Formats: sequence, C-alpha cells, structure tokens
Amino acid sequence: MWLKIEARPAPSVRMKYLSPLIAVALTLMTGVIFSAFMSLNPLNTFHAFFISPIDDWYGLGELGVNAIPLVLIGTGLAIGFRSNVWNIGAEGQLAMGAIFGGGVALYFYEQEGAYVLPLMFVMGALGGMFWASIPAFLRTRFNTNEILVSLMLNYVAILILSYLVHDLWRDPDGFNFPESRLFSESSTLPIVLEGTRLHFGVVIALGAVALAWVFVRKSFLGYQMQVAGMANAAALYAGFKRKRMVWVGLLSGGLAAGVAGLMEVAGPIGQLLPSVSPGYGYAAIIVAFVGRLHPFGILLAGLLMSLLYLGGESAQMDLGLPSAVTGVFQGMLLFYLLAADLFINFRMRRDTAGSRVAGAGL
Amino acid sequence: MFRRRFSAGPRLPTQAIKLTQSDSSTIPRLELRDIRKVYPAVVANDGVNLTAYPGDIHAIVGENGAGKSTLMKIVYGVTKPDAGEIRWEGERVRINRPADARKIGIGMVFQHFSLFETLTVAQNIALGMEGPYRPDELSERIESVSEHYGLPLDPRRLVHSLSVGERQRVEIVRCLLQEPKLLIMDEPTSVLTPQAVTKLFDTLRRLAGEGCSILYISHKLEEIQELCGVATVMRRGKVTGVVDPKKEGAAGLARMMIGRELPAYEHGEPVSVREERLVLDRLSMTSDDPFGTDLKDISFTVYGGEIVGIAGISGNGQQELLKAISGEAPLPASRASAVRIDGKPAAHFDADTRRDLGLTFVPEERLGRGVVPPMSLDENALLTTYRKGMVRYGLIDRLRVREFAEQCVQDFDVRCAGTHAAAKSLSGGNLQKFIVGREMNQKPEVLVVSQPTWGVDVGAASAIRQALIDLRNERAAVLVVSEELDELFEICDRIVVIAQGRISPARKPSETDMEEIGLWMSGMFPESETVKVSTSGTSHVA
Amino acid sequence: MTETIVGILLATLGAGTPLVFATLGELITEKSGVLNLGVEGMMLIGAVCGFAAAAESGSLWFGVVISMFAGGGMALLFGILTLTFQANQVAAGLALTIFGIGTSAYIGLDYTSVTLPNIDPIQLPFLSDIPVIGRLLFSLDPLIYLSFAMFGAISWFLYRTKGGLVLRAVGESPESAVSLGHHVIAIRYLAVWFGGAMAGLGGAYLALVYTPLWVEEMTAGRGWIALALVVFSTWRPSRVMVGAYLFGGVTIVQFHIQGFGVDIPSQLLSTLPYLATILVLVLISRDIHTIRLNAPASLGKPYHPDL
Repeated sequence: MWLKIEARPAPSVRMKYLSPLIAVALTLMTGVIFSAFMSLNPLNTFHAFFISPIDDWYGLGELGVNAIPLVLIGTGLAIGFRSNVWNIGAEGQLAMGAIFGGGVALYFYEQEGAYVLPLMFVMGALGGMFWASIPAFLRTRFNTNEILVSLMLNYVAILILSYLVHDLWRDPDGFNFPESRLFSESSTLPIVLEGTRLHFGVVIALGAVALAWVFVRKSFLGYQMQVAGMANAAALYAGFKRKRMVWVGLLSGGLAAGVAGLMEVAGPIGQLLPSVSPGYGYAAIIVAFVGRLHPFGILLAGLLMSLLYLGGESAQMDLGLPSAVTGVFQGMLLFYLLAADLFINFRMRRDTAGSRVAGAGL
Repeated sequence: MFRRRFSAGPRLPTQAIKLTQSDSSTIPRLELRDIRKVYPAVVANDGVNLTAYPGDIHAIVGENGAGKSTLMKIVYGVTKPDAGEIRWEGERVRINRPADARKIGIGMVFQHFSLFETLTVAQNIALGMEGPYRPDELSERIESVSEHYGLPLDPRRLVHSLSVGERQRVEIVRCLLQEPKLLIMDEPTSVLTPQAVTKLFDTLRRLAGEGCSILYISHKLEEIQELCGVATVMRRGKVTGVVDPKKEGAAGLARMMIGRELPAYEHGEPVSVREERLVLDRLSMTSDDPFGTDLKDISFTVYGGEIVGIAGISGNGQQELLKAISGEAPLPASRASAVRIDGKPAAHFDADTRRDLGLTFVPEERLGRGVVPPMSLDENALLTTYRKGMVRYGLIDRLRVREFAEQCVQDFDVRCAGTHAAAKSLSGGNLQKFIVGREMNQKPEVLVVSQPTWGVDVGAASAIRQALIDLRNERAAVLVVSEELDELFEICDRIVVIAQGRISPARKPSETDMEEIGLWMSGMFPESETVKVSTSGTSHVA
Repeated sequence: MTETIVGILLATLGAGTPLVFATLGELITEKSGVLNLGVEGMMLIGAVCGFAAAAESGSLWFGVVISMFAGGGMALLFGILTLTFQANQVAAGLALTIFGIGTSAYIGLDYTSVTLPNIDPIQLPFLSDIPVIGRLLFSLDPLIYLSFAMFGAISWFLYRTKGGLVLRAVGESPESAVSLGHHVIAIRYLAVWFGGAMAGLGGAYLALVYTPLWVEEMTAGRGWIALALVVFSTWRPSRVMVGAYLFGGVTIVQFHIQGFGVDIPSQLLSTLPYLATILVLVLISRDIHTIRLNAPASLGKPYHPDL
C-alpha cells in the first residue's frame, strides 16, 4: 500500500486554520522527545518552558512585553508578505527605530516635556521607514531583490548602532561600557499594569492589529496587494500599481519595526545598547507565517512566540538548558508549519488503483 | 478486417467498415484495452479501446477535454492509467516512463512543445534521447534525417531564435532520429499556416508509407478527412465511434464529437458607424521578454460596430501587441498617440486608466491573469470593475460587487456553485463565460479578446461568439486575436494578419480566403496601404 | 611592498574561498530551478558540525567530510519541504536559516573556546619556489586547491556533459523535462543536496582553516552574500570566482585601510562588504534583460508533477 499525494479540488479552509495548531503540537512533541533524549523529565521540561514563566502576574506581564514587538512587527511584515514583498530586514529597521527614537531621548536628556515621547515615536517610525525605503527604492527603481538588500541592511544597521554606543553616544559616566545614558523619565514609556513591566506599547500593538484587520479585510488597497501576491499577472492585467504595493509593503514593515525598536529602548531597556533585540525581527517573520498573515492570527502567534522566548530563559535557569534552544524551536515551528501547509492544497490518498497497471513485459 | 470492441460508451450503429490497409500483417502495432484514468475532479478516460496497425494514419478526434491528450500521455508513459492494458505488437507491455515508450519505438510530438529556449537544437534533441551527449555525431545525424524528410534544420541554432513551425520540426526530427514505429502527433497544425500543413501531411504520408503508424490528434475535421484512414472519436473520456472519416462526413463526425449538431450564428450585416474607436498608429515596441517578438510599425483601426480579427501563428507578436493595447506594457508618454482609444492618446496609460476610456480586455490566460485562481467570483468581479462605484473612501462595497458578479453569472449562464465559488473550481468554458461577461457588462466602447474559445467546449464557444456579435451590433468596436482561422472567418467583418511583429492590410472575409490569409501568415503580404514598411522580412514560418 | 601585496592577495584568496564553495553550490541548486535562501543556515551548521567533528576526532579532514554531510542534511530538509511538501521556497529558505542559526549556536556551546591546529599548506615541488607566483598559487592549503578543482569540475559538468544539460533543462522548464522522461524531483533533490554540501564545506573552511575557531553566527552574512553573488555571476561559474575573490578583497581591505592611516571607526568599515553587496546587486539587476536571459526560467516556482 502506498500513500499518494494528490491535489484537492479546492483548498481546505479547515486545514488552513488547523495547520498552525498541528505545527505547534509537533514542535511540542519534538521537544518532549528531545528532553527525554537529554535525560530530562519531559513533564519538568514542559513545566519549565510553558507554565512557570507565566504562573504569576509578573510573568504574564513579561509575556506581553515580549509579544509587543513580535505582534507589531509581524503585523507590519504580513502586509508586505501578502503581496510577495519579502521584507526580511525588520531586525535592522528595528535597530534604526531605536537609533532615531533613542537619539531624540538622548538629545532631550533631562528635559521634562510632554512633547519628548511623541517626538520619539515619530522619529522611531521615520527611522524604521527610512531603512525600509532603501530596499523599496532599489526594488522599484533598479529591480534589485528586496530580500537580499533588506537583509544586508540588518548588518549595516546593527554595526551603526554598535558604533554609536561604543563611541558617539557612549555614556560619559558609564566606565567605558558600550551603552548610552539611561533615558530620563519623560522619555520612557508608562507602565500599564502595576507590578509588571507591561508598558504602553501593548495599546500600540493591539491598535496595529485592529488597523491591519481593516486594511486587509475592507480596504481596496489591501485587496490589490492580495491579488498581486496570488497572481502577479492578474494585478498587471487589472492595472494595479505594483510599485505602490512594493512601497506600502516595505514601509508598513519598516514603520512597525521602527516603532517596535523605539518602544524597546524607551520601555524595557531604557537606554541604547549594542544589541536592542534578541532577534525579534527574524522571529516576527515566523510569527507572520504561523499567524497565517492574518492580524488576529498574528496576535496569537506573537503570544506563542513570546512564550517560547520566556520558556527558553526559564529553562536556562531551572534546567540549565542553553537559551539557544529557543532558536532551535523557532526554526522547527516554521518547518512543521510549512510541511503541514501541504495539506491545505493537497491530500493523502491510499494508492490502490495506480499500482495495478496491467501487464508483464518490458 | 478489424476486430473491434466497443466500449461501454453510447452504442453506435456498428456498420461494418472495411478499411484499406497498407500493411498486410494482422497483428496491430498498438492496442489499448479498457484504459481508465481518473483525476480528482474528472474522469479523463473511461474504458477506452483503440487499435492501430502498421502504416495507419489513425485520427483521435474529440473536443477539448474529451480525453485525447490524456490517452496519448498514457501511451507515451508520461501518465499512468488507473486501469486497463496496453498491447504492443501483440505483447502486453507496461510503459512506466517515456524512456520505456521510446525504447519500444514510440515517439511523440507534443502540442505544447517540450523544448528549451536557451539550448541549441542539437542539445534539445539530445535531451530526448538515451545515452551520452556527443554533439558532433548528433549534429550530423540531425542534418541527414532532416534532409531525408524535407524538414531543414540547423542543429547549432538556439531554439529561442526559431519560429513556431521550425520548433515543431525540432520535435519531429527528435522523434524520427529514434526510427519510431509509432508516432503520436498532438494537434500539430495549430501552429502552422495552411501551406505548411500541406507539407507536414506529405512528411507524415511518407512516414506511413515506410510502415510507421501515426496517431493524429485533432479537432479539425477537414484535416482528418484529408489525411486519416481511420478515426476514433471521443467524447467526455469515452469512445463514441470508430469510423472511416472520408466516408462518414463532417456532420456525422461532429455529432459523435459533441453529441448534437453544430450550432449556427445569427450574424447580420456590420453596422459600422465609421467612428474610430481603437486606432493603432505606427506602434513599435521592443518586447520585454528576451525571447519575444518586437512590434514594428503597426497601424490599423477598429471602428464602432465591427469585429476585426487578427490572424497569425502564435509567437509572431500577438502577446506584445495585446499588452500594448491593454496597457500591461505601456509606452513612454512621448509616444502616447501610438494607441488611441476613442480619439484620445492612450499608449502611455496603464490598464487601469485605459478602462476609464472604455476599453476592456479578455486575456488568453484565464487562470492567473484573467482571474485570481483561489479568489471567489465576487472578488474576481472586482478585479476590473472597481471604478464602477464599488470602492468608496478606499473601502470595498461588497454588496455591489456581489450584485455585479451575480449579474454576470446570470447573463452568461455561468455554471457554478454560486459567486462565492473559487474561480479555479470552474470549468474552462464557464470561467471564460464569466470573464467575457465581466468585461462585456461594463459596456465597453472597445472590447479586445484573445483566443476567445481556446480550451472551451462547443456550447460555451458558440455562446461566446454570439455574445461578441451582439456586442458589435450594439456598435462597440471588437478586436479578436485568434489562431483559429475558421473562427475568424465566421465572426469577423475584417481580418488582418500579424507576422514577425508586422501587420498586414485588412481584408473582408468575403474578399479573401484561407489560402491568401495562410500565405500572409508566413509574412508574405503586400505592404500595408496606410504605412510603407521599408524592409520586407524573410519568411518566419516555412 | 611586495610582501604586503602578496600578503593581501593571499588573505583575499582565503577570505574568498568560503564564498567560492557556497556560491558554486547555490549556483547548481538554482540551475535546477530551486531558490534556497538557507545558505547562511547551512554554512553555519556545516561550520559547527565540521568544527565539532574535527575537535573530537583530532582530524581536520574528518571535520571537512562531516561538514559536507551536515550541510547536505540541512539541504535535504529544505528539499523535503519544498520539493515533496510543496512549501514556498522563500519561506522554507528563511526557516532553514533561522533553524540553522539556533541549532548551530546550540551545538557549538561546548566548542567556543576550543582551538584547532592549522592546516599545513601543500607545497608543490619546484613550482612553490617561484617568487611571488609560487606563494600565491603553488603553496596553498588543500581546501583552496579543492575549491579550484570544484570550479573546474562544475564548469565541465554544466557545459560538457549530458547531466549538466539535463540540469539546465530542468531549471528552464520542468514541464518539458518531465514530458521527455527526466525525473525532475529527483534531479532537484540532488542539486539541492549538492548546494547544501558545498555550503557546509564553505562553513567548514571558515571554522577549520580561516579562523580557525567556532564563534556563534561566525558566517556573518556570507551565506546571503553568496546568494547575491549567484545573481552577480549571472549563473556562470567563472564569474562566481571573480565575484567571490572580489568580496574576499573587500573583506580584507577593510582590515588594511586603518593600517594605511585612514581614520574610520572599525564598525563603519565592517559595513563595507554589505554595502558592496547591495551596490553590486543594484548594478547587475538594473539590466532586467540580462537577468531574464540568464536566470533559470523556473527559478523559485513550485513544481508538482500532478498539476
């Protein structure tokens, strides 16, 4: 008996929503096998990974803190991904948002004023969009692959940030550590849940999800970008403006990443450091896919990914597992998702007739 | 005398047909018994039987989607049957892959050539043969075989520089090099001028004379009557008759093919209002496809109330011309007047803006260009109609979109599960009716249609042709690009020919014939009356 | 002066070699019509596995072999996703890179402070005694010779053999190749696997010869630069070599600029290879015609035999 893969007459809607769950389940199973292999008690591992990080209010707050950039960036990237605009430079755009927004904070150091924080948001957004506009411009003007350009710019942005905190913006009282001054009160985000680190960014992230939902479901531009992603020739035939979509697709990711970067330095971090993100810009790509490029899905996927980050840290403390495990599971999750997605458009069937082709000979 | 078994299909008058036989042997070269092949959505072959003798030129006739191509792919080992048996010279065989087929002496010329543009003729041929690649030796053999059968070919040329007719020669020579005992030709004449068809038939008759069996797939009845000694007729995956086409007559064949009489059209005289609706004025354009055809100095006019047809062998600039007219390939603003819609220069506009001027367009690729395959009919209705009040403040008015989609479905009798059905779930004919409906219901001044009935069943085809005529009667200008000469002669008021990116003068169907248009299709037409073309190109199609 | 120049050229050769391996491998993958964006991940896995194997066994050559298996294994994972499971090639390539970064960091934890012995160069008798040229061409480490050999073998394979012809045909039109009876999926698997093994080899060169150390994310974007170099080469092996050494040169020059008394912060100098990559991509891509003429026509498009 053979299993045969054949195309479904129509894509399965059920599988579309089921496949992320299958991917999560498979990732968990792999984790259990993995921990058994490392002669750890799977139950303990599971507890360390998924329960203990969030068994109190503080933990839940941390879940939100980590989810904010993931959801925000994932939402922004998904708008581009839907039209096959592959911005994978969110990590660099995030750094640029931190530099631009953080720069404002350092410029207005120890000045109190309600204008500082809004100005930081504006500059953070502009920083991310500026960095994303480079691949957008090169793509629309010179047909340069936006994947490679946006990726290269990640390295450049992080090197620039590193230069700034090592040199130009280094804290004069910081004993030569590569870090900026701590931002003053007026330049840090307010906490929304007492006793946790959950900050104002949660409002921004949820607002972005709602906005993106309207854009995707209701707006004509959202429709156009979906058409371009599914069938580029049809978009050309309809007369949709491809260049505009490239710009919108890249800038939405840049905007989200820039704001997320600003909120990291103005929130949980509170200053500029050589590294302002534990790979949020890359993890958000996975979040976007696992969330089916749908804003609400991305919200759930962002929370899951956030838990994976927290779990990695907690496993390090409780079990002595290296935090690199998080990266392994992130990649694995996306692998399983991509594999499970096969069953949206295809199905397995027992190959009964095919093997009964008549005859001897040859 | 044939021993013939009829399938479970509709039983036909089994008059004993005595067929002349060029070979005295009674062992058939190929025998198919009860072949069955099921795809997820359709039964492509259902209990198909077929017998071919040495020296036979055996026609496989049927409409698009009747299962002819699937059957041939099974014989050639590209597709595996779900049930049934294949006998080769009396022996039961299993053909798992094309290499098996070639080994026993089966060659196939595909309708969509299996050629590689960036490789040379010799390399292309080597890819279809067993064993290592020895360029010099192979080139010599190609030259000698192509000379013997009157199919001149230069083995060193790159395939993308060849005309469609020459490409077919590559395919045929590739088969002939293996000295086949059975040659399958899948719709070979759709890429040839009438003159080239005559030459091809000579080659095929010579081959048959040498004892090769030929399976000739076609839906063109006149050709079959001219060439073939026996015909197996298929409809919806089943064999509906095995006849001598020379005796049966076109009407009888057609009845077996489509199950009823061929439809007729209400045509009427053109109502030309001498209003210039679509004008092409010395349009020249470089193709953005490196293997495409450049347009050279194209000028013609389509008036309101007439249908103008563009005939031509595919690959002579039709794609480029259509993109230049539709706006998918706009020109710089300095040459805006090369295309004028209702008098307004439009060559620099994109497709969106041209629709504002009253032009709508039905492209030849339906899935992926005319519609977005996974999207619903509703969402696909929006694709080209959004300017008709369906978008307000940047948001979509889904109710109005649905109304429009439902109107199209109703007006054009689109069979579907509802307007929420995904476009790719529709059959070719219904999808084409939907697209034509969408473009026509926008009440265009100019409608441009490419290959209106390609891959469409006869019923849908006649509905579409009638709709085009009706639109013309409402004084719209209609431009039809088609490779089917019959179709153009049937519905057009004037016909022009495109060859090597140039356009011929226009002729009324009543003032010309297939012969003349065929000659023009190979590039040999008088210089246009309106524009003088300085260099007359050499023949692109031999 | 000659000393300095010879030194720079030798260093360039060394810096370019990982790119030669990875880019030639990706070239073969792309020639079959598959775009594997996971080069960075495969290089990292190759580097860390090769390093670990060499450290554990004490044999550099064992490390080299293991790195090829590791890179090839990663590529097969990608192959299963895209060729069997029909996943989007861009998404699967990104997944491979993310997975590779995480997994290599995990595997490499125990090896961050291990050092390996240097590989001895092969001194070709007599030839290596020729002044300047002798040192540049005839007394190199064995893996550089291997990279030369790979270049020769791949050029020969692509343009002189039936196998190369089939590979190019599959990359141009899988539909046509299938109808002629070629096994598109199997051929693509082989091409993807080869690309992975070569990326692994590139990673191994970095970790075993060039540094020789294991550092997290030590490839620092070389996998992505290799992808850009394939475009730069317009899918031709000879231009891969030019591009790889050009980038090796850029990497080396950044270290020497300060030596020449130019005062630019080191972080900003380190951006040079990335900026150069972007520049090169812009210069090549603006000529759409050349790209379309040379890129395998089916590159990045999914292919399923039943459709």
